[in-house]
Amino acid sequence: MNSASTSVPALVGRFASETPFELPVIDYRLILPILIILGAGVVSVLIEAFAPRRARRPLQLVLVFVSLIAAFIAVIDLAKTQALTAAGSIAVDGPALVMQGTLLILSLLGAMLMAERTLDPSGDAFAPRASALPGSEDEKQFAARGYLQTEVWSLFLFAVGGMLLFTVANDLLIMFVALEVMSLPLYLLAGLARRRRLLSQEAAMKYFILGAFSSAFFLYGAALIYGYAGSIDLPAIADALSAKPSESSLMLIGLGMLLVGLLFKIGAVPFHQWTPDVYQGAPTPVTGFMAATVKIAAFVALFRVLYVGFGGVRWDWEPMLWIVAILTMLVGSIIAVTQTDIKRMLAYSSIAQAGFILVGVVAASPEGLAGAMFYLVTYGFTTIGAFAVIMLVRDGNGEATHLSSWAGLAKRSPLVATLFAIFMLSLAGIPLTGGFIGKFSVFTAGIAAGDTSLVLVAVVASIIAAFFYVRVIVLMFFSEPNDQTAVVVIPSVFTTVALAAAATITVVLGVVPQPLLELVAHADVFVR
Amino acid sequence: MINASAAVWAEGAPTLQEVMPAEGVFSLIWLLIALPLLGATVLLLGGRRTNTWGPYLAVLTVSASAILGILMVVGLMDRGAEERSIGQSLFTWVFAGQFEANMAFQLDQLSMVFVLLITVVGALIHVYSLGYMQHDPNRRKFFGYLNLFVAAMLLLVLANNYLLLYVGWEGVGLASYLLIGFWQHKPSAAAAAKKAFIINRVGDVGLSIAIMVIFVTFGSVTFDDVFGQASEVNEGTLTAIGLLLLLAAAGKSAQFPLQAWLLDAMEGPTPVSALIHAATMVTAGVYLIARSNAIYDRAVWAATAVVVVGLITIFMGAIIGSAKDDIKKSLAGSTMSQIGYMVMAAGLGPIGYVFAIFHLLTHGVFKAGLFLGAGSVMHGMNDNVNMRRYGALRAAMVVTFITFMAGYLAIIGIPPFSGFWSKDEIIHAAFERSPIIGSLAILAAGITGFYMTRMVAMTFFGKARWEDDAHPHESPKVMTIPLIILALGSTFLGMALLFWGNIETWLEPVVGFSTSTSPLSTEAVIAISLTFVIIGSIIGWISYARREVPIVAPRGSLLTRAARADLYGDAVNEGLIVRPSFWLSRLLIWFDGRVVDGLVNGSAALVGGASGRMRRYQSGFARSYALSMVGGTVLVLLALVLVRLS
Repeated sequence: MNSASTSVPALVGRFASETPFELPVIDYRLILPILIILGAGVVSVLIEAFAPRRARRPLQLVLVFVSLIAAFIAVIDLAKTQALTAAGSIAVDGPALVMQGTLLILSLLGAMLMAERTLDPSGDAFAPRASALPGSEDEKQFAARGYLQTEVWSLFLFAVGGMLLFTVANDLLIMFVALEVMSLPLYLLAGLARRRRLLSQEAAMKYFILGAFSSAFFLYGAALIYGYAGSIDLPAIADALSAKPSESSLMLIGLGMLLVGLLFKIGAVPFHQWTPDVYQGAPTPVTGFMAATVKIAAFVALFRVLYVGFGGVRWDWEPMLWIVAILTMLVGSIIAVTQTDIKRMLAYSSIAQAGFILVGVVAASPEGLAGAMFYLVTYGFTTIGAFAVIMLVRDGNGEATHLSSWAGLAKRSPLVATLFAIFMLSLAGIPLTGGFIGKFSVFTAGIAAGDTSLVLVAVVASIIAAFFYVRVIVLMFFSEPNDQTAVVVIPSVFTTVALAAAATITVVLGVVPQPLLELVAHADVFVR
Repeated sequence: MINASAAVWAEGAPTLQEVMPAEGVFSLIWLLIALPLLGATVLLLGGRRTNTWGPYLAVLTVSASAILGILMVVGLMDRGAEERSIGQSLFTWVFAGQFEANMAFQLDQLSMVFVLLITVVGALIHVYSLGYMQHDPNRRKFFGYLNLFVAAMLLLVLANNYLLLYVGWEGVGLASYLLIGFWQHKPSAAAAAKKAFIINRVGDVGLSIAIMVIFVTFGSVTFDDVFGQASEVNEGTLTAIGLLLLLAAAGKSAQFPLQAWLLDAMEGPTPVSALIHAATMVTAGVYLIARSNAIYDRAVWAATAVVVVGLITIFMGAIIGSAKDDIKKSLAGSTMSQIGYMVMAAGLGPIGYVFAIFHLLTHGVFKAGLFLGAGSVMHGMNDNVNMRRYGALRAAMVVTFITFMAGYLAIIGIPPFSGFWSKDEIIHAAFERSPIIGSLAILAAGITGFYMTRMVAMTFFGKARWEDDAHPHESPKVMTIPLIILALGSTFLGMALLFWGNIETWLEPVVGFSTSTSPLSTEAVIAISLTFVIIGSIIGWISYARREVPIVAPRGSLLTRAARADLYGDAVNEGLIVRPSFWLSRLLIWFDGRVVDGLVNGSAALVGGASGRMRRYQSGFARSYALSMVGGTVLVLLALVLVRLS
């Protein structure tokens, strides 16, 4: 063999001379939001290591809020940027910036919910010590001493950083890294519930195993695509597609596997089964945060892969996504009908919502992208608001998530019941809420793209979904309270602000949607 | 005859005024509405915290709007006649395809007088209510609703397009509903509120269809666009729009055939009856017709319909007012009748609009005064409204009596009180149009003399027929001072507007104005109508002041009994509308129960069954989830490959 005779230094020299390694130029301004959040994550770990126990919570809270706001300002500063950096592996463009901004505000609301600690008499929503066995004597002691697991804030910041990176990842490897940076902290956070810890840990375990499974699909898909295109850059993949359209079996299988990884994250059928278990088991603030943000980040990545990388073969992936969208909408709405636990019901509802947003993806048009972005914003705020309400409705054993506990809740607390009704109406897509405008713009884009039958199914699924949303409202407002009816606990200023913001935004987006509609319509182009 | 008059109308019709930008004090037009809206928001959302100071805040916001309104009228008078239409656009409110409606206001001579009426009378009534509602546990809510009403009414008259006007229109309807039913613990009040709401709905449907027709015809709902193009549209369409707007006006202004709600609306607190159901909201129909003069001037049949509706209502209201023993209902009948005058005048075309608005202003003031006077009487009589239990109150309530008399002389049209000038002008204009209309208007003026004299005689003269526990006393200052101010208005406003304010030339640029030869001279009209009024009053005096008034109402003639039953307005509604809708809804219920529910229940069962079956695949085992993911992956790959192969 020729290479065997070559000395090692020579090999290196030859390799280097053939493809000289250029240090990629990185425009740090473009990734400043991500750097701020990840940097804050590192500082957060240092706080855990060196700060005295009592100081940790206030320090972490200040760090989290300051860094989220700073990152948001950095995103605003980048407004209207369309640029590539880091040798084309990072793409900062309209959709990425709009969604990064949304993610940061939602994270801010999520952080407020996670910071809440007046609802549970023994502390916040997280286990006092994750290492203590559920139900053990240790755990009781830690709880009695008022310990708090402040590491959740480090995990939270890394998850947010991963999401931000996910929205700008322009090559498959960066995207994979972002996916993992986002997911790993979430697996942990899901298992940290203070109450019903076994359920929580089971959920975390399932989420982790299945998430790892889906990541493997994604990675394998990326490898196959590299084999086909000789690059993992999305624009380079697009070039390869137009250069050699015939040799495509490798590409098709690779694309399919990539999509499995992404569809898992958005909770599309048949990759959805983790959703109800995890949503139910995870601490409710985490569920709200995760339900709102992961979907947004994953949808941006899905859009980017399909529009930038595989726009040339849209005829191949459209029918497949068409089927997935129909399955997702129908399965999500239909199963939700018979749920008796409110968190599980919202989990299936979020599956159905993912299906509705997929209608915008299938449209494969700027209108579809803009509509889906609007939808994601309204969905995010509505969802986080709904979970915030769930945090407040409690009985002796913590949150009262069984639907029977919600009967007659409006008599106990008209305000909270009204807020929840607003969120339900928005999820059901009733006019004067953001949800209606979101559905309307996505469905309009679908019809414009010629997917009339898909939109028809979506409308039918919306009708089915309206049933279970409205059922909760009927239950709250038109039933008499009984001895099972839960009480509404008055939250601290954190949750109050988050709840008020979510409700206000939900209604404002329904009444004056124009500014956001214009924003997403001007931000509907990915940079190549 | 119709064509001839149409030619005359085109002569008096106004040309569009140039709209000036909002500068100086006029840049605050939005604040007129925003202030009371802020008050309503604070009071209604602020909850019990605002109980103590909330009512004062409400008085303050409306008074501030009134001061702002006065500043604006001064500013407007300073300007030349051709620079008095001011536009202010805040933002694009609705934008959908070709349809565009702005959150934009237009302050011109017509809206200006309404702004003054609403804010000044509104402020007086707010002050009065501080006394009247002093002991009501829900008075914060009351003032919140009143502020909401003022904001909505101002929006109605300041809107520069029909859609925004519609928002105000519905807003005042809502406030009216809430305030009629304010004492909702009384079933009669709750029922009256619902009745007002439902009957108004009929009119509102007319307005919404009118707006749709306007948009389809003109491609815009802005007043300037519509009126500017009105001459290019065929008469049939304009007639349709005119009739639909008339339906709307009839609902809001309690005109035949949608009059039945106003009498029941007296269930609300008396300040509400004064502000909403006498002075301002019920005149919104007149505003709508006067504002749409460009349409009515070119749709003569629609205008004729307006005259007919107005005439019928003048008599219905007068007859009902003559028979009611309830002082507020009698006044309500009189309000119907007086608004009938305004509507009739508005239907006369450019010879009438100005006087319709003139009468609207004087009536707004003197009727508010009469209602507040009635409220003051009730306040002293343990909230008893039955005039048969009043009598000889003039000594017990001197201020109330004197101010009431000012309103009385104004409404029956005795010179030099306000009502004389405005009503006389309407009668005169009616004669110009047709001797028949003029004669009927004079006859009705005679009946006005009768029922108002009856009311005054039964309340303030004759013998005391009080209930045993009644101790009539004068009301507190906070109530009598508004009464005095309104009484001064009832006395002098007519002269002030006519001689000093030049109401004709003031309004002419907006609604147009023309005079033509009348078969009767002004002096003759005044003489005849005064004669009729005096005859009516003498009959009223003889029957109710000279003779003993029985405490239990006698059976009365056929007409009296009919009038006591609101001229069978409810029976007509029942037969013509309620019964048929009842049968229709029965039919729909049957259809809904058998056909629709069958379908719905069937599909619900289908969904429920499918849901139960699908749930079984959610086993809770991570292994089966993973298996399903593998299955899904195979499905995804197959779909991709199959698409490529096909």
